[in-house]
Amino acid sequence: MSKKDTIICRCEDVTLEDVEAIMNEGYTSFEEIKRILRVGMGPCQGNTCGQLLQREISKFLKVPLNEVETHKVRPLITGVKLKSIVEATKDES
Amino acid sequence: MINKDLVIIGGGPAGLSAAKLAAESGLSSLIVERDFKLGGQLVKQTHMFFGSEKQYAKTRGIDIAKILVDDVLKYPEMVEVMTDTTVVGLYEDKVITLLHNDEYIKVQSKAIIIATGASEKVLAFPNNDLPGIYGAGAVQTLMNVNGVLPGNDVVMVGSGNIGLIVSYQLIQAGVNVKCVIEASSSIGGYKVHASKLKRLGVDILTSHSVKRANGTEALESIVISKLDNNWDYIEGTEKTIEVDSLCISVGLSPLSSLLSMIGVDMKYVSSLGGLVPYIDSHHETSVKDVYVAGDVCGVEEASSAIVEGYLTGLIVASSLGFKHENYDELYRDFKAQLENLRSGPFGEKTREGLQEIARDHDVK
Repeated sequence: MSKKDTIICRCEDVTLEDVEAIMNEGYTSFEEIKRILRVGMGPCQGNTCGQLLQREISKFLKVPLNEVETHKVRPLITGVKLKSIVEATKDES
Repeated sequence: MINKDLVIIGGGPAGLSAAKLAAESGLSSLIVERDFKLGGQLVKQTHMFFGSEKQYAKTRGIDIAKILVDDVLKYPEMVEVMTDTTVVGLYEDKVITLLHNDEYIKVQSKAIIIATGASEKVLAFPNNDLPGIYGAGAVQTLMNVNGVLPGNDVVMVGSGNIGLIVSYQLIQAGVNVKCVIEASSSIGGYKVHASKLKRLGVDILTSHSVKRANGTEALESIVISKLDNNWDYIEGTEKTIEVDSLCISVGLSPLSSLLSMIGVDMKYVSSLGGLVPYIDSHHETSVKDVYVAGDVCGVEEASSAIVEGYLTGLIVASSLGFKHENYDELYRDFKAQLENLRSGPFGEKTREGLQEIARDHDVK
């Protein structure tokens, strides 16, 4: 099976081969893999890849799916121009 | 900063129903919807619903959307609607940040109902990023909202109700549905939908999954394989099918990102679709004054989302001092409707799942 052609994270173009390589190095939590490969940090914010990566971690560690923690989501959920934020807050003291 | 009593995030069946009951109780609300129009996923559902008349059975999804939207538009002074607006941030002090046409807006709310729904699950297999591979819900939007066909020859992966209904609608639109494949050993959806497809000559292959996709610029064919009892591929059972479209319909997962942002206690419950919040019988999460309704607290049919919306709207209004004149009667009725919708064998997984996320030994 060609793992380099199996896409786990479409937004950041991360393949199953990339994910397995990093897990073999010992990075097996969602947060670690996210920081190294940027999985879940693109436009979909993990809505698509989240459950795929969770499944791969579960298979790799041989633990049930419900015991694999997913990532913490933080504001802002989509791209916002700094200009927009500045304009909205310039009247605040 | 704009001040609101109640902000409802999501203008689908749950959000609209919540706004209606809040307004009936005397509480104003703001509905924030990311899409250009209200109605959520109902706007693409051209089929008639099952269930009882209270949840608009025998009415098409698209017409139910109209009814629910008209219901809130009856209260122009009570219900404010912002469409094409995305919630970009949610904070524990119930400040919500919105983005609308590049304008960043801050709202302080007394209570929040999160009714964000769910998103489609996908599968990992080689070449799963080829053009022509879609979520079944995306295909339904493409066909029934935008009037665009996904392709000519399709295989559907997944035999739940969405997979079965979308396959039927593809045939109605003139698309050749080559077969439906299902990883489990039995068909997931209602028999009435499966039988319709069978009568039209569409095979539903259980214990089968997609092994890979082939193509250079776009999808040209797929390889399917039989699965054993452990859901592993059985060597030697591969079959190549020429298709230009593949629809993935392997379930929905609750859209819980906003809940994660404010640290709501959650649990992974596979029978509810994934990560869901712990809730009490009032649909309140572990963060005070933050409530949930609809698929975000467990994937079910739209009919359940509607009733959960009514119930949550009624409760939130009362908690802010706007008690509906028929509160007790309505409360009992909505609870009974939900119990009824979840009765029977198809509701069993939902009932078990809801027990797992009940707070304070309290059941939803």
